[in-house]
Amino acid sequence: MSVTQPGTGTMPVAAQPAGVALADPAPRRRRPKRWYRPTSTVGRVLLWVLLVLFSLLFLYPFIWLLAASVKPKGQVFDNRLIPETFKPGNYAEVWQQLPLLHWMGNSILIALLAAALVAISSSVVAFGFAYFKFPGRTFLFGLVLATMMLPGAVTLIPQYLIWKNLGFLGTNVPLWGANLFGSAFYIFLQRQFFLGLPRELFEAARVDGASYFGLFRRIAMPLAIPSFIIVFLFEFQASWNNLQAALIYLNAGGVEDFTVPLGIAYSMTKYAPGNGGQGDYQYVMVAALLVTLPMLVLFAFGQRYFIEGVATQGRKG
Amino acid sequence: MATLVRPRSVGTGAPAAERPIKQRRYNKREALAGYLFISPWLVGFAVFTLGAMVYSLYISFSYYNLAKNTTRPAGLDNYRAMVDDPKVALALKNTLFFAVMAVPLEIIFALLLASLLNRLGRSAGVFRTLYYLPKMTPSVATAAVFFLLLNGNTGAINRGLGLLGIEGPQWLIDPSWVKPSIVLMTLWGVSGTMVIFLAALKNVPRELYEVASLDGAGPVRQFFTITVPMISSAIFFNVIVLTIAALQVFDQAFLLFWRDQNNASPESSLFYGVYLFQQAFRQFDFGFAAAMAWLLFVIIMAITAVQVRFGNRFVYYEGDR
Repeated sequence: MSVTQPGTGTMPVAAQPAGVALADPAPRRRRPKRWYRPTSTVGRVLLWVLLVLFSLLFLYPFIWLLAASVKPKGQVFDNRLIPETFKPGNYAEVWQQLPLLHWMGNSILIALLAAALVAISSSVVAFGFAYFKFPGRTFLFGLVLATMMLPGAVTLIPQYLIWKNLGFLGTNVPLWGANLFGSAFYIFLQRQFFLGLPRELFEAARVDGASYFGLFRRIAMPLAIPSFIIVFLFEFQASWNNLQAALIYLNAGGVEDFTVPLGIAYSMTKYAPGNGGQGDYQYVMVAALLVTLPMLVLFAFGQRYFIEGVATQGRKG
Repeated sequence: MATLVRPRSVGTGAPAAERPIKQRRYNKREALAGYLFISPWLVGFAVFTLGAMVYSLYISFSYYNLAKNTTRPAGLDNYRAMVDDPKVALALKNTLFFAVMAVPLEIIFALLLASLLNRLGRSAGVFRTLYYLPKMTPSVATAAVFFLLLNGNTGAINRGLGLLGIEGPQWLIDPSWVKPSIVLMTLWGVSGTMVIFLAALKNVPRELYEVASLDGAGPVRQFFTITVPMISSAIFFNVIVLTIAALQVFDQAFLLFWRDQNNASPESSLFYGVYLFQQAFRQFDFGFAAAMAWLLFVIIMAITAVQVRFGNRFVYYEGDR
């Protein structure tokens, strides 16, 4: 432990770039066969029955939602998966009922800003931790990892006061502003990626006279597009989902300035009979479906990035 | 002369012994560039994390006047008020109860799903996609749907239970079923944990199972003697992360129960995160809320420390040296 090479000793398992696996003393097969496969017919049938059963459990709320969104008011609760009366008109009426277009526009703008800013800032910081040697690097990176464990409640109030004193209350700046400074998990994730790039690549560019920023801009960034996409997608989803910040910073403002989560929460209240609403839950269902769709589209295009990102989370420990 | 020269060389000798090493390790320009690259995080950390933590601690010992933006020293008043407030104890009890119920169920369910998927070949991808969809659904949409599904009289969940001859409870009203209903929603979105388990399961060397089955160990025995120990670090990680998340539960509780004044079971559904939020941003009692936040911080740290202590005895790390 005398001369710890910063960067190589800190992350035990995950730090290994993909290529290292080839040098393993006991070379593994590229695609190992499944370790356990039910051999008996009964076992196979049971496995498939369970898998299909769970699929139905996971899909049922989606199908229920889709059905409820085209039902007339009185039938939303009837639990029929094929509506007795089709009322596709809900999809036309919802735009007059709720400022859904505003909410989605606000959320898209905020999510794009939040995701782009955090992906750029985190990768700059991650490159700093991955490539350069400087005093205190291991300690500072330890701090990055430590902040991942910090419960958000501890910094909630001071952050509110910061935005208040900067005059940003009632704007959407607090929902993306802090992303200018990188975010711990994303820094970790992108640093892992940069560490996997062969150092010779950078040394060669240095010899050719590239500046430090040039190394990042022309070599590291283009190669790190996959991890950049992971970060972007994760943050886009997180931002789309962020209820608490919207409650804190936007709830006092006009309904049209709400984001999607705040808007849906508002509409759940608006139609509740207990609040003098008329029980028009079909509009809430249409809205819920419409705000879920962008996420499903995102998943359809970026599935492997989401899965890869989550699996990386597991390797962080 | 000799006496003059000697002390000088000795004098520079001591630091020189360290300096050449440092100079070899750190190129000045490179170090500077490194600091420049991490400077966004340094600034953010100083202001939004460390600065905010210090300020939050300070607020917890103050009365905060939001209108004038001034503080007045409060000593331990906020902490005393917190201890005296029965709602804090209630919220803490509810939250711990929820975590104790949710975390093991999430772990077991996710592990079950991952083990099933791990037994498939290519078709695992299709099921993994299906199982992951709830995770992509915004929590507000999930809550809006479950709000109706969990309705005690007309909800689909009780209808389904009715088909099995079980009379379902009033999920969102009966105080003893409030937490299970949030657990149910949480379990529906368990696929993130499942994906982490699936990645861990794929890394278990197949040879171990071959040897075990030669020795006559059945699937159940293999699961507990090979799978569980081999993926123990993933289990450990998930337990810690899920516990921290459960102790901070907010979205589902807020959406199902605290959107407006009509809460049928305000006692049972009062979670720590919700009460803290109300104290901070509905009552604007920042001192009290900051004290609550620090209590939560200490509790989370303590629980994590116990888990780490306990976990290290059982966890097997791959490549442990």
